[in-house]
Amino acid sequence: MINKTVKDANEAVQDIPSGAFLMMGGFGLSGIPENCISALLQRDIKDLTIVSNNAGVDDFGIGLLLQKRMVKKMISSYVGENAEFERQLLSGELEVDLIPQGTLAERVRAGGAGIPAFFTPAGVGTEVAEGKEIREFDGKLYLMERWLRSDFSLVKAWKGDTAGNLIFKGTARNFNPMMAAAGKITIAEVEELVPAGELDPNQIHTPGIYVQRIFEGKNYEKRIEQRTVRS
Amino acid sequence: MLKKQQIAQRIAKEVKNGQYINLGIGIPTLVANYIPEDLEIVLQSENGLLGIGPFPTEEQIDPDLINAGKQTITMVKGSVLFNSAESFAMIRGGHVHLTILGAMEVSENGDIANWKIPGKMVKGMGGAMDLVASAENIIVAMQHCSKSGESKLLKSCSLPITGIRCVKKIVTDLAVLEVDPEGGFILKERAPGVSVEEIKSKTEGKLIVKGEIPEMEF
Repeated sequence: MINKTVKDANEAVQDIPSGAFLMMGGFGLSGIPENCISALLQRDIKDLTIVSNNAGVDDFGIGLLLQKRMVKKMISSYVGENAEFERQLLSGELEVDLIPQGTLAERVRAGGAGIPAFFTPAGVGTEVAEGKEIREFDGKLYLMERWLRSDFSLVKAWKGDTAGNLIFKGTARNFNPMMAAAGKITIAEVEELVPAGELDPNQIHTPGIYVQRIFEGKNYEKRIEQRTVRS
Repeated sequence: MLKKQQIAQRIAKEVKNGQYINLGIGIPTLVANYIPEDLEIVLQSENGLLGIGPFPTEEQIDPDLINAGKQTITMVKGSVLFNSAESFAMIRGGHVHLTILGAMEVSENGDIANWKIPGKMVKGMGGAMDLVASAENIIVAMQHCSKSGESKLLKSCSLPITGIRCVKKIVTDLAVLEVDPEGGFILKERAPGVSVEEIKSKTEGKLIVKGEIPEMEF
């Protein structure tokens, strides 16, 4: 079995250059590649384009990369929790493409699956449709969306093995599996790394063929945005 | 005038046995509290869960288990987890029966605006555009007027649109209304103590009133 293991986050992200096109898994702060983000903060790189459903919060997740002005462009669906993001956007320092969430997920999926374009009803009649091809199928209008593929995809899983196979937990799965498949180089950080053969092949969510580097992360904070309990 | 909880309570009456339902953030999330216990329904969370349960106790909190509003949640028995592409395949594919969401504006032909105020607010559309483009039944929960007193039920939306000709029903703090496919808001029910005249004066779009309009029941 091919061993994809690297030592740690610093080794995993050491060759990501300025101007790279990245994908980062996560929904809100759930399932984000915390270790890789910390390692990127140590690097002197900038002008990154990041595909991520959200943009973190001011002092955690992608918000930290924004604070350090490492990001040129975000491709996201919802960025409401980040004041620094909104400030950089309104002042023109940051470019942003806002994309319907399902379209974003499918564009990434299509990238990994080798489908260069597809038609979706989401956004027909809205500013999202501007400049895009519209076609009618069986009496309903759809617009054409293109695939997304990355130079590096940074994903986070619960468990992984040295062959790069991944298992996710809870709603921390979200965009991670599609982003893993859509990366030229996919870096997976996992809470628990085991030797190949120890995960049940029936239970694996993301096949290791999509993963080029894997390491066991540490000190996961797993910050909660909206701590809500039963009254 | 209804409180937010009462809007949610009235919308809960629209829920039917056996439905898979997506609840948006805000008032729609409250609807879950009023769905009768004898109905078998499943709540979908767009970030990858069918089977949202109640909020957790302190001991049950799991940072890997949140809803679309990033709130900590639990799962009911029979739940299933999946990725975001699968989640929106369910939505786009028409497998989710009912979508309940909030709005800033609705037009008399069923257009909805709820994702952007140019120059002021840039949060993004999240999953709203996918939901409104695909759900077979869309109910909007919102206040009848903005905080400054402007009607939110308009001839045409002034804000950037989220979806066209998609809203079927609207429940506000003043009324229950249906969107006429020919254009116009058909007044179906009024909140207790609210007159048809008041609703008319606070509805900028065309209001269609046929016969006696009953008060809402809960």
